[in-house]
Amino acid sequence: MAVKVLVPTTLQTFTNEPVVECADVGSVDQLIQTLETDYPGIKSRLCDEAGKIRRFVNFYVNEEDIRFLQGQGTELKDGDEVSIVPAVAGG
Amino acid sequence: MTQAIATTAPSTSPTFTHLASKEGGTKKYPLKAINICEETFAPLEVVYDYAAISQKVSRATIEAGPNSIWRYKAFLPVTSHDPIDVGTGMTPLLKSHRLARRLGLKNLYIKNDAVNMPTLSFKDRVVSVALTRAKELGFTTVSCASTGNLANSTAAIAARAGLDCCVFIPADLEAGKILGTLIYNPTVMAVKGNYDQVNRLCSEVGNTYGWGFVNINLRPYYSEGSKTLGFEVAEQLGWQLPDHIVAPLASGSLYTKIYKGFQEFVKVGLVESKEVRFSGAQAQGCSPIATAFKEGRDFIAPVKPDTIAKSIAIGNPADGVYALDIAHKTNGNIESVTDAEIIQGMKLLAETEGIFTETAGGTTIAVLKKLVEAGKIDPDETTVAYITGNGLKTTEAVQGYIGQPLTIEPKLGSFEAALERSRTLGRLEWKETSV
Repeated sequence: MAVKVLVPTTLQTFTNEPVVECADVGSVDQLIQTLETDYPGIKSRLCDEAGKIRRFVNFYVNEEDIRFLQGQGTELKDGDEVSIVPAVAGG
Repeated sequence: MTQAIATTAPSTSPTFTHLASKEGGTKKYPLKAINICEETFAPLEVVYDYAAISQKVSRATIEAGPNSIWRYKAFLPVTSHDPIDVGTGMTPLLKSHRLARRLGLKNLYIKNDAVNMPTLSFKDRVVSVALTRAKELGFTTVSCASTGNLANSTAAIAARAGLDCCVFIPADLEAGKILGTLIYNPTVMAVKGNYDQVNRLCSEVGNTYGWGFVNINLRPYYSEGSKTLGFEVAEQLGWQLPDHIVAPLASGSLYTKIYKGFQEFVKVGLVESKEVRFSGAQAQGCSPIATAFKEGRDFIAPVKPDTIAKSIAIGNPADGVYALDIAHKTNGNIESVTDAEIIQGMKLLAETEGIFTETAGGTTIAVLKKLVEAGKIDPDETTVAYITGNGLKTTEAVQGYIGQPLTIEPKLGSFEAALERSRTLGRLEWKETSV
């Protein structure tokens, strides 16, 4: 078991896959580190220089925006689904 | 469903050159169906050659153009000689007398997109542009995530253009908005969730199906259509800019594009430069931008919407930071109102100007009133309130607040008794009385 990550098109140049799995990640922060290890360079797309998730990037854990959870410290467990989605307009 | 028509319309020399990040940077992106800067995830925006536009347009050429948004085609990101023209745009700009007097304003105008064609909201502007561009880019299926109006518009204009259509809406939308989409026979996905959840799903779908999502991968083109709300007001005011505008805020896109439209008209010399104040309206039950404005923040904390103003219930507004920036730099305000005030706003506009708007319009009018009462709109300012949708789509919102007809027998006596009674009772009172 691991955490399943849905990768947006703009980041599939790193992963080559729309869905990847990451094992042994206890939080969103750790997930970002693991993604960086597996796909070097991906972190700088997701986070600013200070390591904070960029304002146009949304992370959802099991469909809930992490800003309604514990942000980057949101805990993850095996079987969780994380979706990375760029901000979109509409109406 | 209808089949895509494979036609290659003759094109005209484009006035736009590439896409670029709204956050700055020098990277030029090709004019394809992409909407996100690869490096920062910031939205991409169309970049124009304003010298080329200046060469092409004048007040006279625009005035001689079609009676639709396509009179401003040089400012829109399409190349087709024959864009999809369903009569969108050139809606009335009404000088308000009765509402103005009620509020104590001397120069109030109503831009009435409640009667925009073909689906009675400003969305027909953005969709006309997006679907024209979608055809140019070779899409045969178009889609959107919608709070209702966008679904109506995408389905209708796709039908007209011969494009397959699949729209995604929150399952709890007003019945009129669902019916007003289904009639055009698209595939409708009613998602059990709020708009932000629908949008997230669509981003995931968009990754894999290769459809033209008007508000996602076609967004750089789509959103430009809202500039025409700025262009038209400037032209209808006799080629000048107003002093103050009040517009509803959902994602913040419309508001920022009205600003861009005014700036572009100044840039190419069609109007004199002027400082226009931009004020925005949100429902208190979904007011992430108004809250950030009040708290003096430059970032938006998303919220979970809970308001009758469903068409503007976007808890995670993509252009919110840009809207905040414009409100600050133009000395405008962003205010929110309760659902009860929204209903009062809808009634007020209807009773004074004969315009039946939906909840978003009620929000705008209620905020306009609130700003006037707080002394934040000068009575002498030329103020334009943008009414962006039609009340017949959201009758649930006012049902129970507008009284009942006086039911009578088909006899003169019954009529006279009822009339007498209605005259002797207070207006509000008799409206609730069955005779």
